[in-house]
Amino acid sequence: MKMDKKMVVSSSPHIRTTESVQSVMTDVLIALFPVALMAVLLFGYKALVTMAISIATTMLVEALWLRKRDVFSDGSAAVTGLLFAMVLPPAPPWWLVVVGAASAIIIGKQVFGGIGYNIFNPALVGRAIVVMSWGGHLVGRIWSAPQPFIFGADISAVTTATPLAGHEEALAVSLTQLFIGNTAGCLGETSALALLIGGIWLFYKGHIDWRIPGGYIGTVFVMGILFGGGFYDNHLLTGLFYVMAGGVMLGAIFMATDMVTSPITHKGKLIFGIGCGLITMLIRIWGTMPEGVTFAILIMNAITPIIDRFTVPQQFGGG
Amino acid sequence: MKVNNPYLQDLTQGIVKENPTFRLLLGMCPLLGVTAYIVNGLGMGLAATAVLIASNLVISMLRNFIPPQVRIPCFIVIIATFVTIIEMVLQAFQPVLYEALGVFVPLIVVNCIILGRAEAFASKKPVLRSLSDGIGMGIGFTLGLVILATVREIIGQGTIFGPDPESAIHLFGANYEPMALFAQPAGAFIALGLLLGMVNVIFKRFNI
Repeated sequence: MKMDKKMVVSSSPHIRTTESVQSVMTDVLIALFPVALMAVLLFGYKALVTMAISIATTMLVEALWLRKRDVFSDGSAAVTGLLFAMVLPPAPPWWLVVVGAASAIIIGKQVFGGIGYNIFNPALVGRAIVVMSWGGHLVGRIWSAPQPFIFGADISAVTTATPLAGHEEALAVSLTQLFIGNTAGCLGETSALALLIGGIWLFYKGHIDWRIPGGYIGTVFVMGILFGGGFYDNHLLTGLFYVMAGGVMLGAIFMATDMVTSPITHKGKLIFGIGCGLITMLIRIWGTMPEGVTFAILIMNAITPIIDRFTVPQQFGGG
Repeated sequence: MKVNNPYLQDLTQGIVKENPTFRLLLGMCPLLGVTAYIVNGLGMGLAATAVLIASNLVISMLRNFIPPQVRIPCFIVIIATFVTIIEMVLQAFQPVLYEALGVFVPLIVVNCIILGRAEAFASKKPVLRSLSDGIGMGIGFTLGLVILATVREIIGQGTIFGPDPESAIHLFGANYEPMALFAQPAGAFIALGLLLGMVNVIFKRFNI
């Protein structure tokens, strides 16, 4: 027996994780699958086209920027591309998708030094840029109505208002509709059910912490009860409406929990989630825009370093 | 390349090596505020250049008479005089441009480039060298304004030489939907950041 082989002397770390950036990003893509599937079921082939253009653009731009031959690489570009498609209306013009996806990668991520260094969530940077540039295609317009389970339907022919536009529009949809996703909205934000399935998968894999989505959705729920206008008889239902309508679920589960751009401490994550919820509801109820998830998360991204600095946990046994 | 002529050196320094826009990052306020159109950027640049040359000249002449304790108020008075002249000239002969530039014309008084050159250069150097420094810095600032305005107008409006419909040239045809972000100040920051990055890359390549 060779004893010397049994005793390996090395410095720490002794336990290594099998997780890599690629495995985490693959898990996120799997989590997004039910959301994407629901989008295709609701909005038909145009949703698929939008997603394909977006993902192809982000992966290609990133590969060109980094001069890599491996287009998928660590998978972060694909996640950004799919998430960016999720916050677009079902049938935007193709050039809008290309410009938005390319600026998500270049201005949102690569100018800061690539993955791990970006201050803002790249997909939301892309959305903010296209919203500011071509607002007419994205906000304030009559939205494409979903045509459930008709794959080849021409969705741009049937339009309806977003439920967040006002009280009448809100009462036009039932909470069940909002839960299933059979309502007007961005590709990925309509179906609360699909988003929950994706969120549970991410939670099971340990990639997200309950504090950010919990704080975010909880704050929106409470503020919806208190200030939502109470257009349902039961104020609890009004709170539920504000959670399920619009992009809160998508933002809370997939955007705000981005590892790079959210705080790392437990207390900080809770503050981050609550802050996102507060800003979202401020914009929704008292602002001029019907929806505020994008800018809420971007603003909280900006103050993440400050949150981290002020919530440093005490060292065990220390000071 | 070694230039021995100090006047030429002062002149080129402001245009390339110490370009106020791309290297010193001075005068950001008018740079971001008025560069939605090339015409406005050029007008702003020329107005600031005229003030800069004149104030550099006068401050350099008076540099031995201004007591150091009160030099900044003295500089401001001299600069404000020339800004007022320029403002009146613009109002009289270029009313459209004057309207477009708005508050940024009186704000030339507190432009960091002009005060900075007065403090760092004109108050210490002879008259002719201050003059060439003023010309160089002025050209550099105008260049920066025009480059940024060109990028912003082409992307943000789809035209060049707007906003006057008679001179505006539409580059991409009627179906082009301009990227409105670049017409707004937020887009000016993004465009400036990207331009700064490009300028740094070019300068590094040529070892400037």
